[in-house]
Amino acid sequence: MDILLTAIGLVFTPYVLLVMLGAALFGLFVGSIPGLTATMATALLIPITFFMDPVPAIAAIVTTVAMAIFAGDIPGCLLRIPGTPASAAYADEAHALTAKGQAERALGTSLVCAVIGGLLGTLVLATTAPLLAEFAIQFSSFEYFWLACLGLSCAVMISTGSVLKGAVSLLIGLFISTIGIDITAGHPRFTFGSVEMMGGISFIPAMIGMFAVSEVLRYVASSRHKPQVTQQSIGNVFRGLGPVLRRYKLNLLRGGAIGTAIGILPGAGADIAAWVAYAVSKRFSREPEKFGSGHVEGLVDSGSANNAGLSGAWVPALVFGIPGDSITAIVIGVLYMKGMNPGPTVFLNQPELIYAVFVAFFLANLALLPLGFLAIRLARQVLHMPQRILMPIILMFCIVGAFAINNTVFGISIMLVLGLLAYIMEENGFPIAPTILGIVLGTMLEDNFMSSMIKADGDLLGFFSRPIASVLGIVTLSIWFLPPVIRAVRRAKQRSAQ
Amino acid sequence: MRFNDAVFGIVLLIFAFAVIAYSQTFPATFGQRYGPDLFPSLIAGGLAVCGLLLTLKGWAARRKTPWLESGEWSKDWHKRVTFALVPLALVFYILFSEFLGFLPTAILILFLLLRRFSVRPLAALGIACVTSLIIHTIFARFLLVPLPWGLLQPIAW
Repeated sequence: MDILLTAIGLVFTPYVLLVMLGAALFGLFVGSIPGLTATMATALLIPITFFMDPVPAIAAIVTTVAMAIFAGDIPGCLLRIPGTPASAAYADEAHALTAKGQAERALGTSLVCAVIGGLLGTLVLATTAPLLAEFAIQFSSFEYFWLACLGLSCAVMISTGSVLKGAVSLLIGLFISTIGIDITAGHPRFTFGSVEMMGGISFIPAMIGMFAVSEVLRYVASSRHKPQVTQQSIGNVFRGLGPVLRRYKLNLLRGGAIGTAIGILPGAGADIAAWVAYAVSKRFSREPEKFGSGHVEGLVDSGSANNAGLSGAWVPALVFGIPGDSITAIVIGVLYMKGMNPGPTVFLNQPELIYAVFVAFFLANLALLPLGFLAIRLARQVLHMPQRILMPIILMFCIVGAFAINNTVFGISIMLVLGLLAYIMEENGFPIAPTILGIVLGTMLEDNFMSSMIKADGDLLGFFSRPIASVLGIVTLSIWFLPPVIRAVRRAKQRSAQ
Repeated sequence: MRFNDAVFGIVLLIFAFAVIAYSQTFPATFGQRYGPDLFPSLIAGGLAVCGLLLTLKGWAARRKTPWLESGEWSKDWHKRVTFALVPLALVFYILFSEFLGFLPTAILILFLLLRRFSVRPLAALGIACVTSLIIHTIFARFLLVPLPWGLLQPIAW
């Protein structure tokens, strides 16, 4: 209880609250502009949080993301262009409601469900993370090696597009993480004599390049038409919401639960949570035929799922240092820089910081209600913000952000190279998230792998010598090898049937 | 710009073998069997397998997908130049920001890009100046990032 009070004290200072308010407005703005994602908002924010203490830095990230994910619903509803990928699952449905003249209903439902989903997710985060941390304290390098493998494998399996391309993306990320001075022997690897490369590829410029610069490139290459807002005036979004929520209260809970669970799964975040929740909603609905024609039920499920997924993703991130999605991958990078290495020991040594994260989550989700309302009111102005002016400005922010980390233009070079790489990868169906996970987790994976190899003296069976390690190892190996085996067996059966 | 999967596959295969070959030059750690070359070699091994699979996949689909399918935008000369301008702007900043200083470089880049996106000249100039000053204030003044002054050093504030 004392810890909780300390944590509340850490968050409720004028400075942190002001930072959160600024972050909230920033998140709402970025989220409601189509083409600018919540991940990009985080990427642009990191250089600024770099100069803050851990608590305001984390509170800023938490708030920005929660706001951006909801704000993504606004253009989805009004323009049928999801503001962030997490709103893509139900943009058609929400826009169908707008076409029927019920934009208020759609936006109000999205907002309230986002708040409730976010609070549910936070509750799960605050209750499970400390318990898991107590369990995780006994883990050795073997367990951490398998856990990292498991997280990365999930990221590849769940990522959008083909598993093969996801694997390539991950391996590229892992390779990038090996550049620089090697951790076991201190030998410079792949630096080609460059002193700046010895420190390794800094993760912030890499991330800004992959999530923001690539987005600017994509904007230039695409020919987007000027969006048209179909419904001109937006009335009271809360009117008539009570009956909707009462009718679909189970959907609300189910969406929150699905969202949190998918968020916890490493590698899958809010966007996948929304898709799954929408599909589940349709599958178990009493009126599945209404889906797609402007039915509010799917919005309830998926609207709460994507915001719940955000907090869910923090569970593995805080407890094991294994990101639940690309945003928490960024967060883990930030935590390392703040000297707050994520893992069970933080729960022991600095529990007030962990609880401050929970408090920030609660506060951000509560603040979403009034601020989201404001964003809806201002939506028309924001949606008319011309992208041709925004994109050069974003590029300038990227440049300064990449420079600010080490105060050298080398960061900008990293950003440029990885931005181009990410653009080409995305154009060709290679997902980006696994690369970022690889860059963030690469060092930890290698570290644990090398110490395990040395401990076991090269005996691979040693990786299965401890009970939890062997369970994790078997699960990981079955994720790799079961799908192809099942496919082969099926093919053999078909052949014998013929 | 879409390539056939086989193009990626072959590039990855070459890259993977280069990494493995180069890793062999890393010195072994004294008294230990596993050195700094182990992890990169394993990753490169994985990349080689993926590269091989991609090559086979791309080869099988070669009738349906061409080796290189350049997008709509690359046929459009105007767009091609705009696309090249983004990386060029970054290279320009990397090369000249130290000498010119942050403000002149940023204003120049912003003005050119805004003009390219057909923002009216006066508006473009105004936006470029105001944005650069705001960014400079946030980062140099409040976050104490040493953005270069360059030519403006004599009137630095």
